Amino acid sequence: MARRVPTSRKWLVTIAAWAIGFLIFFPILWTILTSFKTEAEAIASPPSFLFFDWTLDSYREVQSRSNYFLHFYNSVIISLGSTLLGLVIAIPAAWSMAFVPAKRTKDVLMWMLSTKMLPPVGVLIPIYLLFRDFGLLDSRFGLVIVLTLINLPIIVWMLFTYFREIPGEILEAARMDGATLWAEIVHVLTPMAVPGIASTLLLNVILAWNEAFWTLNLTAAKAAPLTAFIASYSSPEGLFYAKLSAASTMAIAPILILGWFSQKQLVRGLTFGAVK
Amino acid sequence: MATAHSRTAARFMIAPAVLLLLAWMIIPLSMTLYFSTLRYNLLMPGMEDFIGFDNYSYFLTDPAFFAALTNTLLLVGGVLLITVIGGILLALLLDQPMFGQGIVRILVIAPFFVMPTVSALVWKNMFMNPVNGLFAFLTKAVGLQPFDFLSHAPLTSIIIMVAWQWLPFATLILLTAMQSLDSEQIEAAEMDGAGAFARFFHIVLPHLTRAITVVVLIQTIFLLSVFAEILVTTNGGPGTASTNITYLVYAQSLLQFDVGSGSAGGIVAVILANIVAIFLMRMIGKNLDI
Amino acid sequence: MKTFVRALLGASAMCAVVSAAQAEKLTIATVNNGDMIRMQKLTDEFTKANPDIELEWVTLEENVLRQRVTTDIATKGGQYDVMTIGTYEVPIWGKQGWLVSLNDLPEAYDVDDLLPAIRGGLTVDGELYAAPFYGESSMVMYRKDLMEKAGMEMPQEPTWADIKKAAEAMTDKDNEVYGICLRGKAGWGENMAFLGAMANSYGAKWFDMDWKPQFDTEEWKAVLTDYLDLMNNYGPPGASNNGFNENLALFQQGKCGMWLDATVAASFVTNPDDSTVADKVGFALAPNKEGVEKHANWLWAWSLGIPAGSQKVDAAKKFIAWATSKDYTKLVAEKEGWANVPPGTRTSLYENEEYKKVPFAEMTLESIKAADPNNPTVDEVPYVGVQFVAIPEFQGIGTAVGQQFSAALAGQVSAEQALQSAQQLSEREMTKAGYIK
Repeated sequence: MARRVPTSRKWLVTIAAWAIGFLIFFPILWTILTSFKTEAEAIASPPSFLFFDWTLDSYREVQSRSNYFLHFYNSVIISLGSTLLGLVIAIPAAWSMAFVPAKRTKDVLMWMLSTKMLPPVGVLIPIYLLFRDFGLLDSRFGLVIVLTLINLPIIVWMLFTYFREIPGEILEAARMDGATLWAEIVHVLTPMAVPGIASTLLLNVILAWNEAFWTLNLTAAKAAPLTAFIASYSSPEGLFYAKLSAASTMAIAPILILGWFSQKQLVRGLTFGAVK
Repeated sequence: MATAHSRTAARFMIAPAVLLLLAWMIIPLSMTLYFSTLRYNLLMPGMEDFIGFDNYSYFLTDPAFFAALTNTLLLVGGVLLITVIGGILLALLLDQPMFGQGIVRILVIAPFFVMPTVSALVWKNMFMNPVNGLFAFLTKAVGLQPFDFLSHAPLTSIIIMVAWQWLPFATLILLTAMQSLDSEQIEAAEMDGAGAFARFFHIVLPHLTRAITVVVLIQTIFLLSVFAEILVTTNGGPGTASTNITYLVYAQSLLQFDVGSGSAGGIVAVILANIVAIFLMRMIGKNLDI
Repeated sequence: MKTFVRALLGASAMCAVVSAAQAEKLTIATVNNGDMIRMQKLTDEFTKANPDIELEWVTLEENVLRQRVTTDIATKGGQYDVMTIGTYEVPIWGKQGWLVSLNDLPEAYDVDDLLPAIRGGLTVDGELYAAPFYGESSMVMYRKDLMEKAGMEMPQEPTWADIKKAAEAMTDKDNEVYGICLRGKAGWGENMAFLGAMANSYGAKWFDMDWKPQFDTEEWKAVLTDYLDLMNNYGPPGASNNGFNENLALFQQGKCGMWLDATVAASFVTNPDDSTVADKVGFALAPNKEGVEKHANWLWAWSLGIPAGSQKVDAAKKFIAWATSKDYTKLVAEKEGWANVPPGTRTSLYENEEYKKVPFAEMTLESIKAADPNNPTVDEVPYVGVQFVAIPEFQGIGTAVGQQFSAALAGQVSAEQALQSAQQLSEREMTKAGYIK
């Protein structure tokens, strides 16, 4: 199975891959480095890469201006809440599509995906009016609902493709043993689909975390997540590269770390049925 | 296999998802449809009149509309081209044995986690800025005039930013697909004397078709509504050089607060998105046997 | 189960009681400008004096802020108790009855102390609808050292020809010194604020008395040609993406010889903490074309207003009276020095002996006095506003025209093409809005 590869070639591949990986990662690295510089050093020419006076000033400044932890907390609640709610709605739907396919199943799935193509700006005013009437403006609950609906199609699709790989006979067998539908889904299907569900969960947490239109437009102070936090640093007066970098690092760090630690789980289910 | 009982149950199970999405689609859409027939400016309440299709004719005859349409297609197409080709090449590279593969994968995947707003701000200020940006420094270091990306190649600059964010996604899916390729098949081809190129085009690429389809479908969904990157960097300009349909609708409804025109634009955008959707679904239908 | 629900209800009722007894929370939407961020940091003083009021800040970039507060007030969303708005919004919103009148602010507020031009811009039918936090006009900020090196002197009241000569003399592209920095980023509050004011000083105007757009006139052609000429020859690269903040950063780094922009920038460019050229900046009145009496002085005041229908009007008024008071000015002066107090709103500030020592104080006052929103340009016009036109449609038209001029600056279209498109699109919009019959 394992083919022998000449060491020289392995080294060549390693160097090329590392170089490209570094290049792709560089903008993020540069942002993180800049966040530890002073404003003057951040725009210095020639720029210094590592040998500058490392300082936490920008972080202090950012924290003194805005309540990072509130925004962070909101981001966590909103992205996790919407993903979990989405899973609860999507698992039964994906189950029925995968194991009891009807003639229209494919059309339903495609229709669901097509709802994601609605440009959100086109419906902002109606949604804003509805939110106002239901008292959902600037509430975490309101955002959880909107983000659930936005990501639901992707969740259903991912789960569907994953469930389809599971042989229906196992579920049949459980049913023969007298398991109810509910038990079948909760005790038989779900454990078998854990990798797929985990991957779906991760992808959707990332998507929800980074969603910047609804989260910015439907919140004010109380429910504003990190996307709103970053909006106040987008072009402030004077020199701002270091502060912008610090705020950016703070906004992306949690999801970056989560993503890195869970990349194996993320990748495993991120196939959308493309791998047979 | 499915009994009548489970079919009923299945309908029941799928109902919440379908109903919710249906409500999410129909309620705002019908409101938008209604608004689109009104003269409705947020700043002038109480003056809403029914004006029929006036908003549509204004939106469709807007000189910016055609530019926005072209830009949308260029943006989606450009990013897809870069991410699919780049993704295949990267996946080919990462599929080779090497030292520290895990770390390289971590580096490559990272841009996918970055918020669009943050990525746009960072690219705009710290890289593409013609005075203080890193690119300007590099061009000056080799004795050239710095290139002013966002003024002279606004759409290309935005394509680069967006492609950077989506390249990891494409790479990951394509890499997983590539790893599922039967290595015996490759070896057999190798023994038959097929060169690297022949192996790629006759075995690897056909195997990747489904994965490429998935990448194209998912990315198109997100790329059609690219917005934050444009808002933060160029505001759709200079002129209309980087205005896409989404941004044009935004400009109508939230810069001019002309909800009527904005709604008409929204409906037009929905129709266009559906045309793209139908086109995509056809393609998927062929490649993805759901 | 039932007891659990009851417990839950009880708990939430208790919460409600507790929070009612607690402080009243004001949500304040503001722009991320330096003076506002300073205010945000100083609010401890306010909450100490008013323990029953708590403040929550929503700080946003100008365009996002405008979009958020406008959507909210127009739909009566009620998300904010205090909004930061400008002289463009106040007349329009005031007329709609969207703002709470501030005529009953306490005696100590001394409303008569407000600069007449500023106060006038925030008053509709005798009602003050927003309290000015800081006011600004536009002026020339220039590098004294570079002028000296070039052997030139900046007149107190330069003409556009003087500006061009100075820009030419100071430009040294090899060392990244650009003679002049001007706004180029598209937007009615960005490049069109500058170009609108510049147009007035050429005798050009947005609309004639029949609301017909005037971009096909010789005056506008002269404005745009001269602007492009200045920027293409002596301006920094990437100018079509430079707004106020970008230019400020350039000037602070010593890369601009001259910068024509808001008077409020003076305190930033002379602040040695941020600016590398703090001690080398001179000030002059905004220029005019020879023979035109109007100068390129605009007028703007970032102000605090209360949306009608707010449940917390009293607390909001208390806060506004504090933030725009003379005492707040004193507080900033104590903590950060006189140069950093919010400028341009009160007569008393300019009579203060300490403040008179600030190098830009006099020029700021003079510039504000030179602007007249009711009579912005040479000819009679049907609109109010110096660098804007106070009609709801203006934001859209101004931004679209700004896009055209920004494209001309980027070299994508010629000046004639830009003016022609500007004329066409503004005629279209004005017809659609019903101004042109």
